[in-house]
Amino acid sequence: MRALRLLTLLVPAFAFAGEVVTLPGGRFAPLFGLDVGQSAFPVGTFRLDVRPVSRAEFAAFLEGNPAWRKGKAPKTLVDERYLATFTPAKHPAGPVTQVSYFAARAYCAAKGGRLPSTLEWEYAAAADETRRDASREADFAQRILDWYGQPNREGDLEQPGSPRNVYGLEALHGLVWEWTDDFNAVFVSGDNRQDGDTNPKFMCGSGATGSARREDYAAFMRYALRSSLTPRSTLPRLGFRCAYEVNP
Amino acid sequence: MNVVILSLALWSLTTALPEEKALLTEPPLVPPAITRTTPARVKVELEVIEKVMQLADGVDYTFWTFGGTVPGRFIRVREGDTVEFWLENHPNNKLPHNIDLHAVTGPGGGAASTFTAPGHKSRFTFQALNPGLYIYHCATAPVGMHIANGMYGMIYVQPRTPLPKVDREYYVVQGDFYTDADFGQKGLQPFSMKRAIDERPSYVVFNGSAMSLVGDRALKAKVGETVRLFVGNGGPNLVSSFHVIGEIFDHVYPEGGSKAQDNVQTTLIPAGGSAIVEFKLNTDGTYILVDHSIFRTFNKGSLGMLKVEGPGRKDIYSGKELDDVYLGDESVATSIKATPATTPLSGIKPDGKALFLANCSMCHQAEGQGVPGAFPPLAKSDYLANISNKKRGDLVEFVLRGKTGKVVVNGNEYNGVMTPVAGLDDEKLATVLTWVSNAWGNSAPAFTTDEVKKLREALPEVKATPNGHE
Repeated sequence: MRALRLLTLLVPAFAFAGEVVTLPGGRFAPLFGLDVGQSAFPVGTFRLDVRPVSRAEFAAFLEGNPAWRKGKAPKTLVDERYLATFTPAKHPAGPVTQVSYFAARAYCAAKGGRLPSTLEWEYAAAADETRRDASREADFAQRILDWYGQPNREGDLEQPGSPRNVYGLEALHGLVWEWTDDFNAVFVSGDNRQDGDTNPKFMCGSGATGSARREDYAAFMRYALRSSLTPRSTLPRLGFRCAYEVNP
Repeated sequence: MNVVILSLALWSLTTALPEEKALLTEPPLVPPAITRTTPARVKVELEVIEKVMQLADGVDYTFWTFGGTVPGRFIRVREGDTVEFWLENHPNNKLPHNIDLHAVTGPGGGAASTFTAPGHKSRFTFQALNPGLYIYHCATAPVGMHIANGMYGMIYVQPRTPLPKVDREYYVVQGDFYTDADFGQKGLQPFSMKRAIDERPSYVVFNGSAMSLVGDRALKAKVGETVRLFVGNGGPNLVSSFHVIGEIFDHVYPEGGSKAQDNVQTTLIPAGGSAIVEFKLNTDGTYILVDHSIFRTFNKGSLGMLKVEGPGRKDIYSGKELDDVYLGDESVATSIKATPATTPLSGIKPDGKALFLANCSMCHQAEGQGVPGAFPPLAKSDYLANISNKKRGDLVEFVLRGKTGKVVVNGNEYNGVMTPVAGLDDEKLATVLTWVSNAWGNSAPAFTTDEVKKLREALPEVKATPNGHE
């Protein structure tokens, strides 16, 4: 609580204060999880950060929450690479990475929010500049795949550069992977060829049979990446953004 | 004898296996044969690296690799060995990866046990129960894309009784690649999901590049030697009709198995499968490795070379025996009239060489020397010595329309098929023709874009245009 108050004091000092937009609810069919006969899940109205949390924003959080600093954070909550190359002064507007699930959750909680659910994240990320759900459009998928097909380069993380989608959100694709609150709720099994099997241990709901869209390679990769993580994991290309209830 | 076997068995039960680290090799090299006669615990470390490399001359592609090469490092163990396998995913990589080794007995071939996030490493252990030559590959979702980006290689489980010694062993793996642009488009070419699903590759190559086994990088051997090729097919889609032009495989172990077939011309290698082929080199020359689904070789890059040096055996292959003028084509014969040599022009663009290498060198070879009996030479070629006006038109036609039937060059008759070359506009065609007709001591006035345009427009009409890719 004290930390929260301290943070509130620090907010005006944020170099890049987070912009937030409200997403209207709707229905969405994610890659995994639908029951037989079910065409979509309802998604409630929620608010989401326009950009991934920046290094400057995370640095301000560390000021108020020294327990999360590199070397201070408990080893049960972060792995060895936590904030390993973190230098807020360098590219302060760029997304913070090398942050564990626990650290990301703590940050969002301190901001009065939470991590988005996978369903909310995928719902938001299915939009492009003109369509709310472009997830079945070939041109949209190919654009995302083109990013996955580029190797990481020095300087890629300097700043979010992608155009805003119809909700006003930036850089959901093409910059970093992002944590979701239930990232490990759906497992792409380590072996892709078993995805066709019904696996009650991995799939919610009986009778779930693999993915809804076999051709959505970009979504497969996101689910695969999430499945490879543990909550302590920190990756050089894994960041996060926060979600908020509409009436907090 | 029985006592020896029994005591060996007891020894292996009661004693910890000796440990060793596997020596892994980059293609086309193969680790030396294992001389051990008892099992060992072998540690294998393989690192996944996502990196840009050349798919063809001037064509870049983001490969996902096992060890930084396509195919990945060659692994050699012995039947009965216990293999401690480490998969390391480099921290700079974007994606999680894993490995399914077809040599593994167990669920997924190790895939689920090696599922590894970037910046992590995984370990699992298996016993190499079955001898043979096996593909390994990544099986992470979407599995087809991981394979299409180059994530495959081979592991050889050497039988307890090894195959006979040979002079040289090499490692060759075919793979198909999918880019939006057709073969030869320069620059970084992204993966095309659509073409991959449609199974319409733009590249079919050996060892990850159209250039991996040509020129200086050709496989080498000497007359009288025996060669064993460990050949695989990573796929992801195509099946290979593997053939070596000018050789007959003395022995083939089809599908990488234990029984040999003798005297084979072409062997079928399934996607995710292999073959071991052996042959003795009886005479000298350049032998061409191809996928005999032959458009892949001429138009998509599946061409490698084995250069064999040493004294030729004229009794086995005579070489050119007849050197005579062929009078069947008057225009060719009469056009060899001497005309004053023209000085080479200043307008020769360096792009010509790149265009030549990308479009012509697969058949006519990098130095224009051609392949005896198959593709006529362009270097030191009497056909290009004095180019008449009619022949300037012929050259444009050959490139754009292809050429079927007899051609006589330096007295040698060639009776083959030249396929049309796609993707050359008038300017590029003029550039490459000018370069070819002035390289290697050839000399002719430059082809201008205007001239090529006129010559193209003067070509006889064709009823059905050969279809492009779209």
